[in-house]
Amino acid sequence: MSILLYAESVEGKFRKVAFELASYAKKVAETMGTTVTAVTINVGDVSELSKYGVDTVLKVTNDALAGFSAKAYADVIKQAAQKENAKLILLSSTTDSIYLAPLVAVSLEAGFVSNVVGLPVNTMPFQVKRTAFSNKAFNITEIGSDVKILGLAKNSYGIFENTAVLTEEDFNPTLGENDFGVKIESVEKVTGKVSLADAEIVVSGGRGLKGPENWGMIEELAEVLGAATACSKPVSDLDWRPHGEHVGQTGKPVSANLYIAIGISGAIQHIAGINSSKVKVVINTDPEAPFFKVADYGIVGDAFVVVPQLIEKLKVFKASHA
Amino acid sequence: MKILVCISHVPDTTSKINFSNGDSLFDTNGVQFVINPNDEFGLTRAIWFQEQQGATVTVVNVGGPETEPTLRKALAIGANEAIRVNANPTDSFFVAKQIAEVIKNGDYDVIIAGKESLDYNGGMVPGMIAGILNYNFLNCCTEIIVDGDSVKAVREIDGGRETVSTTLPIIIGGQKGLVEEKDLRIPNMRGIMTARTKTLAVIEPISVAVNTKAVKFEKPAPKSAVKLIAADNLDELINLLHNEAKVI
Repeated sequence: MSILLYAESVEGKFRKVAFELASYAKKVAETMGTTVTAVTINVGDVSELSKYGVDTVLKVTNDALAGFSAKAYADVIKQAAQKENAKLILLSSTTDSIYLAPLVAVSLEAGFVSNVVGLPVNTMPFQVKRTAFSNKAFNITEIGSDVKILGLAKNSYGIFENTAVLTEEDFNPTLGENDFGVKIESVEKVTGKVSLADAEIVVSGGRGLKGPENWGMIEELAEVLGAATACSKPVSDLDWRPHGEHVGQTGKPVSANLYIAIGISGAIQHIAGINSSKVKVVINTDPEAPFFKVADYGIVGDAFVVVPQLIEKLKVFKASHA
Repeated sequence: MKILVCISHVPDTTSKINFSNGDSLFDTNGVQFVINPNDEFGLTRAIWFQEQQGATVTVVNVGGPETEPTLRKALAIGANEAIRVNANPTDSFFVAKQIAEVIKNGDYDVIIAGKESLDYNGGMVPGMIAGILNYNFLNCCTEIIVDGDSVKAVREIDGGRETVSTTLPIIIGGQKGLVEEKDLRIPNMRGIMTARTKTLAVIEPISVAVNTKAVKFEKPAPKSAVKLIAADNLDELINLLHNEAKVI
């Protein structure tokens, strides 16, 4: 009856979302008087999970799962849930988890709610709060099914340490040919840079930067802050930056702790994609730019003057707070 | 090749979001509805298959009569026929079950849905259809090529992209990239006229157990005004981000 979570990893290392999910699971488990079980796939050392309150780890080690296959991973989670008789399953909102979650939900006849923010509003009946209408509203949703699945919105709960005594158990789910109907031919990944999906800070540039040759300062600012870089839609449409950097309604959603918009006016479609970020800073020459209406901090000024100065000042700040 | 494109009828992004009936219903008063953008990329790619590879394109929506203008628009863009499942789309599983039923009766090879809709942003329907029918499934798909029974596709992953191969029948969670914004089509007069005579079949829903239920809506607390910092006082910005916002 324990709560089951899928602790996501990349190349054998847990992603941060795994710790956020574990922190969340621990808190829910305390209210419901139960324990937390995590299922991991091809992670050698799982001990880190004990720091965030996980009691039991079901360790899956299987070469066939070296590449991500949504069906196969969903099958693993389903079998882990059945083994544990879990009634509540927690998943994150990464691209992979969003991909596999509906498959798990159908196979367990579970009610599934994605983009959940905050702890359950109620456990009897079971009600959770989720974002809707591109963060312009929240919706309280009731889940009536016996098995329930929540997809936790990224960066919506936080990471809290809560040490538990961890029991590890090897788990060998049965996988079939049908689980591998989609074959990975090749993967292109940007290495050595913070990915937008994992970033806590995002530095984003818009058309106000005038041309791709001016992105050096955006990248430098991102580097000083340990941030990922992003861009507005016109910038990706003009091919100044790769499409994968486009954030907004039809691009990637961003839910960062800090989002810095430079030379971005703040079209409603852009705001829709970044609005769940916690703190927003805008730097723009036009004081009437709509972005100032949604930002927390704003500087009316020329990016070509402000950004280089900001970089220098942040370097000094970082050096003294290292 | 038979293609089914799932069309969500959603409020335009610029719409004011309000609720009625004690905050339990979305207030559609004065709201402009459009084809869900992620679905429109998929529809436009489907029309490409129609023109280049002789595919037939059917569009489907689960909704009341008020969604028909959206389906007619899809027909004006070039879809061959439309199906409306006459039901209020209560939750994603309900919608997925209805569309799965349409697929069982229609023998489609490629089913394209947007990776998420603009209204509830659930991102569940394509995956649930795949789960129900046990079809191959590709989410966040940005490119797709079909040759006979084999499919080559590209999908977006966190931090990059992945090229995959699979076979028909397949379900796609589509997004920008399937076509680009500039490839989207505005229906012309001829398209609009022809759309009037194309088939828009209305079918009744099958019954489905209710798993989740929207109880109530809330709006976010009003945001406090932006704090403006002088461009020559960047130390203050760093101070606020460090001590007040605590994000650096």
